[in-house]
Amino acid sequence: MNRYITAYYLDEEDLLKGLGQLKAKGLEIMDVLTPFPVHGVDKALNMRRSRLTRVAFIAGVVGATLGFGFQAWVFTVDYPINIGGKPFFAVPSFMPVAFELTVLFAAFAMVIAFFVSNKLGPAAKAVIHDERITDDRFLVVVKVGDGEGEENIKEIELALAEAGAEGITLKV
Amino acid sequence: MVMENQKFILTKKLSTLIYGMIGIGVLSLAVSFLIGTGAERIAANLLLNTYYFLALGLIGLFLVTVHTIAESGWHTSIQRIGESMGSFIPVAGILMLLLFVFGGLHLLYEWTHEDHLDEILLKKVAYLNAPFFYIRFAVYFGVWVILAHFIRKYSLLLDKSGDLKYYRKFRIFSAVFVVTLAVTSVTSSWDWLMSIDAHWFSTLYGWYVFSSMLASGTAVLIILLIALKRMGYMGHVNNEHIHDLGKYLFGFSVFWAYLWFSQYMLIWYANIPEETVYFYERHKNFSTIFYVNLILNFVIPFFALMTRNSKRGSLILLPVSVIVFIGHWLDLYQLIMPGAVGGEASGIGIPEVGITIGFVGLFLFFVFRSLAKAPLIPKNHPFYKESLEYHTQY
Repeated sequence: MNRYITAYYLDEEDLLKGLGQLKAKGLEIMDVLTPFPVHGVDKALNMRRSRLTRVAFIAGVVGATLGFGFQAWVFTVDYPINIGGKPFFAVPSFMPVAFELTVLFAAFAMVIAFFVSNKLGPAAKAVIHDERITDDRFLVVVKVGDGEGEENIKEIELALAEAGAEGITLKV
Repeated sequence: MVMENQKFILTKKLSTLIYGMIGIGVLSLAVSFLIGTGAERIAANLLLNTYYFLALGLIGLFLVTVHTIAESGWHTSIQRIGESMGSFIPVAGILMLLLFVFGGLHLLYEWTHEDHLDEILLKKVAYLNAPFFYIRFAVYFGVWVILAHFIRKYSLLLDKSGDLKYYRKFRIFSAVFVVTLAVTSVTSSWDWLMSIDAHWFSTLYGWYVFSSMLASGTAVLIILLIALKRMGYMGHVNNEHIHDLGKYLFGFSVFWAYLWFSQYMLIWYANIPEETVYFYERHKNFSTIFYVNLILNFVIPFFALMTRNSKRGSLILLPVSVIVFIGHWLDLYQLIMPGAVGGEASGIGIPEVGITIGFVGLFLFFVFRSLAKAPLIPKNHPFYKESLEYHTQY
């Protein structure tokens, strides 16, 4: 069972300050939701760097190889046609398609990888913590461990209140 | 570490090195004459190097101006390097004028042989004739030198007084320079480079040359920045600034490859003799350079600068910058030599290497002289503080 506590800030400066205090107290912050990108949140949360670039590279290599290889196979083995007196294995004319497939594969792989790693997509269930995070509120989501009792939850709530957060609610 | 009034001081050791390089250049020029190198080859070498280092100066100034009108804060901290590169423009102009006046024009350009013009060249006489050539020459350098002078002047005045009216003037001259360079960089590359192969033309040529110069200019900026940092200057420049320059180098290299391929592919595919003759010559007599050019300027920077970390430190970025710097010199070599000298008389030997070393020395001499004149940090620039506070999210 996933339990967590949400609380919000009204100002991004307060949010950054609060995050520092919460981390100092050893709370496990699951997520921060903001209406716009806030500089410094990534650092405050010790976020790992995105691995999306690696996906893009691998998919790009696959796309380039497929694009180039398929044309090479078609024009030399499967169905060689003399086009304007060019050689069958005409590298320059394979380049545009190979390039397009590189971009296509990399782009799609990145989108799919992003959806998978963030559990998003057409059938995903949207969790709305607070409707005003798209407007003017900066939400902090703090994890509550499975075995933690009432006391620990009180402690977390107290810590949040001390760090200046408002609207502290426990959610299941 | 930020030292606001720090000025660049040219040490004895460094100036000896620079004078040595200039000495090598002069010496190898003399040796090339003595060992009987063809006059065309020497003229072509001088054109290659004057154009290359002129373009580095123009790109240095271009990067300053384009970031000024884009109000990009991060670039302010390295603005002085670009400005200093611009100080080479008048020098290159004088050298190029001397080259053209003392026989270079006749040696390099077929269209100057007025008695032997064929049908195609006769049609181009209205544009390709010596008087008009010199008029355009004067216009290019007149405009560039005047704009460079005012850009530098208002930049220094802004730094001294902190008065924003100078900043406004700095921006106006920057905008004029960017627009002017957009036109003149293209037409000047037609005049000085494309008209070597006067029968041939390509509509993409100007941008191709410009993209080549953009990549090498960025590479030189990176080399100068890292060198200055190693000498103990530019302490205020952090990894983020270097990262951005690395992204530029990566991007411009890809852009160059894109234009290279666009030009090559269309000519290869259409297969019209009057167009393919250009690449035929390069395939036949310069085939090594033809492929090395692609490896140095696209394959190596593309794969070496792909990861984030390689762009953020000097370990990979510096060698790649040097490779790109050499690579675009070779690119220019294969633009000039096949037409001006031909496959048999040309090569890479004492004239090429020696004269280039001389030009590197000359370029560094003027860049360092200009760097030493003003504090390295434009501390009264309105974006100065923003430039120091440069951090990215990722």
